[in-house]
Amino acid sequence: MLGLALLAVALALSCHAAEVRPLVLAANFGKFTAYIQQIVPVLRPDRIGPDLAEWYWGLPKWLSLLGETLMMAYLGTLLGALGGFVLCFVAAGNLVRSSAIRFAAKRFLEICRTVPEIVFALIFVIAFGLGPMVGVLALAIHTTGALGKLFSEVVENIDMKPVEGLTGTGASWVETVRFAVLPQVLSNFASYGLLRFEINVRGAGVMGFVGAGGIGQELLIAIRNFYYSDVSAILLMIVLTVFAIDLSTEKLRHHLIGGEGMR
Amino acid sequence: MSERRPGTLRATALADLDALRLRHPEQFRTDWAGRLRVAGTLAGVVGLAGYGLWALDFSPVRILNGLGRLGGFALEMLPPSAGGRFGVFLQALAETLGIAFVGTLAAALLAFPVAFLAARNVVPNPFARFTVRRGLDVMRSVDVLIWALIWINVVGLGPFAGALAIACSDFGAFGKLFSEAIETGDRRPGEGVVASGGSALHRIRFGLIPGVLPVLASQVLYFFESNTRSATIIGIVGAGGIGQYLTELIRVLELQQVAFLVLMILVTVAVIDGVSGRLRRAIIGGPGR
Repeated sequence: MLGLALLAVALALSCHAAEVRPLVLAANFGKFTAYIQQIVPVLRPDRIGPDLAEWYWGLPKWLSLLGETLMMAYLGTLLGALGGFVLCFVAAGNLVRSSAIRFAAKRFLEICRTVPEIVFALIFVIAFGLGPMVGVLALAIHTTGALGKLFSEVVENIDMKPVEGLTGTGASWVETVRFAVLPQVLSNFASYGLLRFEINVRGAGVMGFVGAGGIGQELLIAIRNFYYSDVSAILLMIVLTVFAIDLSTEKLRHHLIGGEGMR
Repeated sequence: MSERRPGTLRATALADLDALRLRHPEQFRTDWAGRLRVAGTLAGVVGLAGYGLWALDFSPVRILNGLGRLGGFALEMLPPSAGGRFGVFLQALAETLGIAFVGTLAAALLAFPVAFLAARNVVPNPFARFTVRRGLDVMRSVDVLIWALIWINVVGLGPFAGALAIACSDFGAFGKLFSEAIETGDRRPGEGVVASGGSALHRIRFGLIPGVLPVLASQVLYFFESNTRSATIIGIVGAGGIGQYLTELIRVLELQQVAFLVLMILVTVAVIDGVSGRLRRAIIGGPGR
């Protein structure tokens, strides 16, 4: 009962703060459906070819921008995964004794993942100039934070016996990590990396909103200027790409995890 | 065993290397096929990355210049100061939290009934399930910022558009997560309800919902955490919250205030994470025990 009362108070406060106006929504809901109707393109069955061509008039440009978006997500994930890979061993409690080093690594990762990538992109656009390079750097920093945390959790949950064995033979820290830790964690790392790639594809799609490259810029222009059929065309391309990436990475991840299970 | 000298295992093994090779030939054989596969994959990954760096105009000069400027920015950020606008910022922060809370709650309430339609053990018809699931996927794969832009067209600029945007994109995510939780729920209580003469609706209400509710509540809390982060950026497109000030101040290079805002966000997110983490443990731990 107390919980429900607290929930109701929190809801009332946040409705006030967020200026929730159900009446405005009710009055303007017609606008939403009308908007959806307007962005749906005119496709007549008897002249489907020309209609499709008119709808996707900018296909070559959009495809190359979509390719740029995917490349941004790929590079951002790869560079971020490299950063997270290096830092996760330093942040793992079972490999590093010095609590000062561990604390510094963990806080750094936390800052990287709490500040949203688009905020990094806003700052970087001013420092580096407009373009996809900025988007890649912003994605990479955010990915470092997110993957570094997940990676270090994987490392903290490994079987410690190989580590003890290697330490017993007099191996150095780097050798221990390479031969005792890495074989245990690599497939999990790859799986998390692929998951992050999915997320970064979505993130790269909106980087263009602040001028950091990719297809977001075109979408922003289309929505702001009410180029209705362009909005649906670009949105459909993004949604289909995200679908395709989700499906293929899911297959790959099952393959990776399954391979580990068989061993 | 008298010939084994006290010393490290490594020294003993190295002294005995030839005999070891003879006894365990499997361990010393080089796995050329495996190495080739690894090298091939690595070459592919690095090659694609190299092409990408070239295609996206990465230039060391630009990076170095930019890093120099970033260093300057970092110095200008110190010390963080509100510039006398602490009250305004605090209000914007409250607005951000409000957006996240209303958006998450609305999404959860809307997704709750829909998730049952997408669950295999509730709706056996694969065609209906498929349609619902793809619909949820479409909502999920459109980013929050894009939803915000669309809702701004409908309800105008301001935080309400932001709350609606978060509700829309989370509706898709919740629908998927909830339906997965429902599918993995324990079947036995439901079977018991049916065996004692309950209808299909009774089975869902008394056999399924009590079991999955704590899981769903914990997922909602988790999303509230992540939505406080999303809500901080939704102001970039004009949908309310602290992001509006953040964008504006970054554009005019008021970096001390930017640093102050970022610190405010970090602290808020840490507090919310802590509180909701505790709540989640209480919810999951309580009924489970």
